[in-house]
Amino acid sequence: MNADENLESKNADKIRILPLIAALVAIAGMIDAIYLTVKHYTGEKVPCSVTGGCETVLSSEYSEIGGIPLALFGVLAYFTVFSLATLAAFGDDRMWKILSVIVALMAVFSLWLLYLQAFVIGAFCQFCLLSAGTTLTLFLLVIIRQFLPKKLS
Amino acid sequence: MKKNQSKLPLTIIGLVAVVAIIGTVLFLRSGAKPPTQLKNTNTTQANNAAKNTNALANASPGAQPAWAKGPATAPIVIEEFADFECPSCAGFEPVIRQIKTIYGDKVRVVFRHYPLTQIHPKAYDAARATEAAGMQNKFWEMHDLLYDKQKSWTTSGDHRAEFANYAQQIGLDVERFKTDMLGMVTAQRVDADKKRGDSARIASTPSAFLNGRQLDFATEMSNTDALRRVVESALQGK
Repeated sequence: MNADENLESKNADKIRILPLIAALVAIAGMIDAIYLTVKHYTGEKVPCSVTGGCETVLSSEYSEIGGIPLALFGVLAYFTVFSLATLAAFGDDRMWKILSVIVALMAVFSLWLLYLQAFVIGAFCQFCLLSAGTTLTLFLLVIIRQFLPKKLS
Repeated sequence: MKKNQSKLPLTIIGLVAVVAIIGTVLFLRSGAKPPTQLKNTNTTQANNAAKNTNALANASPGAQPAWAKGPATAPIVIEEFADFECPSCAGFEPVIRQIKTIYGDKVRVVFRHYPLTQIHPKAYDAARATEAAGMQNKFWEMHDLLYDKQKSWTTSGDHRAEFANYAQQIGLDVERFKTDMLGMVTAQRVDADKKRGDSARIASTPSAFLNGRQLDFATEMSNTDALRRVVESALQGK
């Protein structure tokens, strides 16, 4: 009993591991999205590689919504997730709930983008795939934490 | 104690935001760096350029005669391999046009097809459309139009219909154009150019050779001034 109580009080001021990992993954996603955003604005003169498909994907009609590059939305989304994860890492569980919803939406959107690359555009872009990877990792973290006992997460 | 603790996460978030913004600005300022996935390509190009002063000497001849602007005796010959569906080829087009305007008969511009069919499904048709226009002596008119309207036909559901519209615009016999576009001759010419590009070992489009030396995309083709410097020094070397 005593040990149990000890653990609980420790948890109160201990950094939570899963939200911390989520925060780091979100930063990785953010760097990727920043790279893609910058490339969208300066990448006009990037040569088309025979092997890559970046140019095709990033200049396709799906690369913007109302003239704003998709990657910029990505930057904002990842920053939001990072902020929420940081707050959750310090113990604010409400933030984790908001994060879960956002990450779920991002995961659905990522799947849609993967579908577009595979079946509509017909080319994959490695940095877009990386972004899909980070989003799906975040989604996985959300699920893991859902099923993990409170004290451990 | 509790208040201090609640401020820490906000501080971290703020810091990350500031670092991200500064990083973005620095990255933007560093300009259009070549993307990482092309690094290998660029080094092969650089190696080619260093090793071979005439990388085209032993290359397959390509379509004969080639489409060219400027006299055959011009001291500068720029041979470009391009794909009409490639955005950076359209980006290079104003550069080459300006160079031609500045130097006139001192420069001969040779165009070679290099459609990247794996990633650009309409590029091969586009190349054949210019060849079909060429059979009615309007190759360059179609070439220019396809670049100018790249956004329109690359996103169109029926690019061939769109090409037929362009053919009409530049005053071609549209029925003949349609037949020629799907005919053997246009395919053979495009394939011959592609073969020349392959034998010259180009790895991306646009690729350009100045008097046989392959130009580096990032430093020598990215804008008019860069290419102008290369042309100037080649002229002085003569």
